[in-house]
Amino acid sequence: MAGSIKIKTRLSRDVAEVKSLIIHPMETGARKDPDTGELVPRHHITQLVFANNGKAVMVANFSTAVSRNPYINFRFRGAKAGDTLRVSWVDNLGGSDELETVLS
Amino acid sequence: MQAGRRLLLKAGAALALLAALPKALLAAVWPQKAFLSTEGREALSALLGTDQTTPSDQITLKLPEIAENGAFVPVTIGTTLENVKSISIVVEKNPRPLVASFEMMPGVFPNISSRIKMAETSEVMAVVKTDTGIYSTSKSVRVTLGGCA
Repeated sequence: MAGSIKIKTRLSRDVAEVKSLIIHPMETGARKDPDTGELVPRHHITQLVFANNGKAVMVANFSTAVSRNPYINFRFRGAKAGDTLRVSWVDNLGGSDELETVLS
Repeated sequence: MQAGRRLLLKAGAALALLAALPKALLAAVWPQKAFLSTEGREALSALLGTDQTTPSDQITLKLPEIAENGAFVPVTIGTTLENVKSISIVVEKNPRPLVASFEMMPGVFPNISSRIKMAETSEVMAVVKTDTGIYSTSKSVRVTLGGCA
């Protein structure tokens, strides 16, 4: 699932604004494949973690009811230019991805 | 032969533990029971240890009054409450009401935006846990096209 994470950050003084978008189907397990009529198995991100310089800032726990290609926007204090923000996720089928970005 | 099997079992258990380690280091455990619960109150109990919340006008829950597409309902939750530990979203009428829970470390502004799915017209509850208690506010959203949550 490499390349699934898109992130934009903006630093003003010590506050970092984080806008993140994860490309993920977020299948509920209740949807039928229109071609085969078979149920598409439940497939969703369970945890999305934001860590700044190795320290977790926010942990988002998801059910299947977060929309396809989830986006999360938030801000946190205590950031500075040069900090490394790491975004990582895992899903219920063992999939995962991560991305690091340097705050500036 | 019996002893050999024991040893193998032990080795297997040790391996499984090792395999589980990186995930344990990554973050807290995904609260499975809360997320698989089919009832809102039950989900809250499993997540926060209680289904009792104090209504608060210090929480703002921004949602459309009418959602044309239940698959993408924009939501913003903010609060002026202090020392927020987590913010959770519960959609009462969804098959599995607990939608998401955001655990925040000190320094995170208690204000987040995302998009959620709604199966049908329902009350949506924002639950904020602080170091002093559990607070909530609710809003009703009319869904014209269900989003198979």
